[in-house]
Amino acid sequence: MVNFTLNGLEVSVEKGTTLLEAADFYGIEIPTLCHDKGLSPYGACRLCLVEIGTPGRSRLVSSCTYQAREGLNVRTHSERVIKARKLLIEMYVALCPSSKVIQCLASKYHVTKVRFSPKHEDCILCGLCVRMCDEQMQAKAISFVNRGGRRLVSTPFAKKSEDCRLCGACIYICPACQTRCQGPQEENILCNACLNLEPPCLEKFEDVMCYMDPCVACELNTDKKPNK
Amino acid sequence: MGLRTNPKACYRSYMKVDLTKIDQIINQIIDKYKDDEDVPYISILQDINDEYRYLPEEALYRVSQKMEVSMSHLYSLATFYKCFSLVPKGEHEIQVCMGTACHVRGASRILEKVTRDLQVKPGKTSENGKFSLETVNCVGACAQGPLVVFDGKYVGKLTLNKIEKMLGGNHEKDNKTS
Amino acid sequence: MKKITKPAELEELRKIIIDRRDPDKPSVAVCCGTGCLASGALEVVSSFEKILKEKNIDADLDTRITGCHGFCEQGPLMVIKPGNIFYCKVNQHDVEEIVEKTIMRGEIIERLLYVNPVTGEKIVREDEIPFYKKQYRLIFAYNGKLVPTEIDDYIELGGYSALRKVLEGISPAQVVAEVKASGLRGRGGGGFPTGIKWESCYNATDSPKYLICNADEGDPGCFQDGYLLEGNPHSVIEGMVIGAYAVGSKQGYIYVRNEYPLAIKNFGIAVEQARAYGLLGENIMGSGLSFDIRINKGGGAFVCGESSALIASIEGNVGEPRDKHTHATERGLWNKPTVLNNVKTWANIPIILNNGAEWFSRIGTETSKGTMIFSLTGKVNNTGLVEVPMGISLRDLVIDIGGGVPQGKKIKAVQTGGPSGGCIPEHLLDLPVDYEKLTEAGSMMGSGGMIVLDESSCMVDVAKYFLAFTQDESCGSCFSCREGITRMLEITDHITRGQSSLAELDLLQELAEVVKDASMCGLGQTCGNPVLSTIRYFEDEYRAHILEKKCPAGVCRELISFRIDQELCNGCRACLKKCPEEAIQGEKKESHNILQDLCTKCGICLETCKYDAVIKE
Repeated sequence: MVNFTLNGLEVSVEKGTTLLEAADFYGIEIPTLCHDKGLSPYGACRLCLVEIGTPGRSRLVSSCTYQAREGLNVRTHSERVIKARKLLIEMYVALCPSSKVIQCLASKYHVTKVRFSPKHEDCILCGLCVRMCDEQMQAKAISFVNRGGRRLVSTPFAKKSEDCRLCGACIYICPACQTRCQGPQEENILCNACLNLEPPCLEKFEDVMCYMDPCVACELNTDKKPNK
Repeated sequence: MGLRTNPKACYRSYMKVDLTKIDQIINQIIDKYKDDEDVPYISILQDINDEYRYLPEEALYRVSQKMEVSMSHLYSLATFYKCFSLVPKGEHEIQVCMGTACHVRGASRILEKVTRDLQVKPGKTSENGKFSLETVNCVGACAQGPLVVFDGKYVGKLTLNKIEKMLGGNHEKDNKTS
Repeated sequence: MKKITKPAELEELRKIIIDRRDPDKPSVAVCCGTGCLASGALEVVSSFEKILKEKNIDADLDTRITGCHGFCEQGPLMVIKPGNIFYCKVNQHDVEEIVEKTIMRGEIIERLLYVNPVTGEKIVREDEIPFYKKQYRLIFAYNGKLVPTEIDDYIELGGYSALRKVLEGISPAQVVAEVKASGLRGRGGGGFPTGIKWESCYNATDSPKYLICNADEGDPGCFQDGYLLEGNPHSVIEGMVIGAYAVGSKQGYIYVRNEYPLAIKNFGIAVEQARAYGLLGENIMGSGLSFDIRINKGGGAFVCGESSALIASIEGNVGEPRDKHTHATERGLWNKPTVLNNVKTWANIPIILNNGAEWFSRIGTETSKGTMIFSLTGKVNNTGLVEVPMGISLRDLVIDIGGGVPQGKKIKAVQTGGPSGGCIPEHLLDLPVDYEKLTEAGSMMGSGGMIVLDESSCMVDVAKYFLAFTQDESCGSCFSCREGITRMLEITDHITRGQSSLAELDLLQELAEVVKDASMCGLGQTCGNPVLSTIRYFEDEYRAHILEKKCPAGVCRELISFRIDQELCNGCRACLKKCPEEAIQGEKKESHNILQDLCTKCGICLETCKYDAVIKE
């Protein structure tokens, strides 16, 4: 067993458990767009970032690929994590505003403005379909093509593939082309129909602490900022 | 192997790929690596690319069958690495160096000039099949910047007028020979 | 060639080589590094050979095709013995005169000598030139002296003696300890202590173990690794064999950039020759050590310079970096313990073993030991490769060795570390060059690229250039890197077009910080540096673009215009004929003017005009 600190709690998990799995086990939700329990972790969407290490010498890692280590200090909702995560969601919305999954993420993580011009893409290149086709369906009909800003998912030479059995697993697992979000308007690509109030913790703490009961932040005197 | 010494011949003769020849060549290349414990797909593709000066679709298909590797894997390799081309190259290959040293000395204007004069976009081959234009991120001859590599020969310390002369000369030469 | 079967035989071989050669025989060493080849060195060599044959004296003179001498700006260059006469900017038509005067009669041809631009004095010997004087050449010491395709040259100069010393009775653990004590740090960019890396691989229990030499030098404006490989390949091989002995490896790989054909060729020859002497392959020098090197050509992807992407590429996959929560020294190539070092790091190893860790650690600063080779390029008089001890100030490097900025312009900044680094402004030029100091200043050591920018370089344009580079070269798997760079590029593009706002500048900065924080590999984690460092030191330039819609350096096309001075124009029609857009109007012998609507600001009129009548504003 590996013992480490997860958001201030002493926890222990089996060796080889990723931080994402550990957080899931302890009921802490970490958003992700490229992870599926049946597929190998890829670390591409960067939404599952967590902060590891002691403050001042910490860094962000993707929790889906990082395995728990003895004595590690992990924070899943620190200010640094939230700042990065919100900006990433903002970019996701601008990239693919019609995805309900992404719009819901935006509301959940209180992204209320998008400062980028919308692109209306259908693909966020999370790679779920590529891994699904390879690892679960053993077909290897599609793969990533090109690199950098020109990357896309395609069959070889963009032709009908002989390896494809038309199983539809790629469509099943796609987070971007699932149920379309009806909310966003032309002038405002953000839906925000299911927006929740952002917990006020971050104003006082470096971490969001609302999963704690009772909520420490709400009970504290507003003048005191113990962690900041 | 005569291709590299006589680029003109290759462009026409390999527009249509000879299938039996492809098998021969690929068998040779695969044989070369048969003692390796690992399968160096990239080296194999590089050899095919050297042979044809691009990667013919048929060749990829043969490699995928012979080596039992998925076509999608080969295709992602062929599109990821810049040394591979999936379309035939022109008679002349022009690489414009876009390294930092060349950039601050005005390489983007050189590239623009070449693009305009030859009517070919970077990464493409001109319609008459004469010129292929590529950009390259530094060839390591920064003292000569801005520079282009014309059919493997470095032409340095370029100015807009110098490049015009160079390209003009080649235009004329081609007109005379063809 | 006879294989060496005992370490002691190396010394015998060296004696034979020295005896066979006549030290007084005149020779001419022509630099045939890629830089000099680009300026016509091969033509010089072939006309040498032709003329010597014609005069029937080709047996009396050695024409030596050496690697890079470093002073690329003055190429093609050569050193003639006896006398160590240094000629620069030689072309093929000078050769006959050189043979007749200098070689046959010992006269010096004044016109071909290097002229000190400050004093105007002519300099005969290579080592007296200011460019070389302040350098401290360790790894680069033999680069211009030996013929890279001749292993005998390297052995004559004492090559492979460090390997001999090691095989004669230093234990692997002692070698690791020696490298650790020397304080050598990785020369590829990160600066990780080499000894610690070796130690961790030495301690790894899994086998086999692999060594990799990273020669996928992708930083634009950076060419020392390629020149070292083409000029002195055996120093790298020797370093790798010592490394193999130390950590217990049998197989090494070198991953060379495909754009360096000469480096690949020369290294291949060197590997063959080392095998023939029994310095590589089975049972090296009869010691029982077996180690071989395989050459992998890179595929033309910058991201493959990142260690995990490079390993993926050798394994035959696309060069996507992996999350490095376990070190390559534990699980690297084929999931086996692997030591991956840069070309320059490997080349340092024989020097450390020959001279001792104590001697080596006296060079450099507290935390950065030894020397570093920089590619000095951009707006600088003496473009070339310079090797200096760590801790030298940027000013010494750029002004004293580099000879300052051409045409009397003012230096604005020095860009170090390639696309991962940043720009250091003129007022910080006294900064000592070491790993920590450069990082503190918002840049990094990187692989040793050093690009000088003068007042005619626009800093927003430089940031935009690097973003365009990393956008193209990113593997594209991390969303933060792929989309973040695309968005940053979009914003810098707006700025260079004068279509931005201060709010967008804030967003750019926020983006750069988040992309650095959130990305997986070194490329993503550093690609924000060019943006952040230029905003940090040159915010006023960004503001000028945004608020005044002006590019102070006159680079950004949308913010400049060309016009013709009516007084100075004499109506020669030269610019009018050159203009690709037919945007220039005017009759012969009457002053012309530019139709702003049609002008694409390509600048050819400015370059063509001999009367300085075209004005860029």
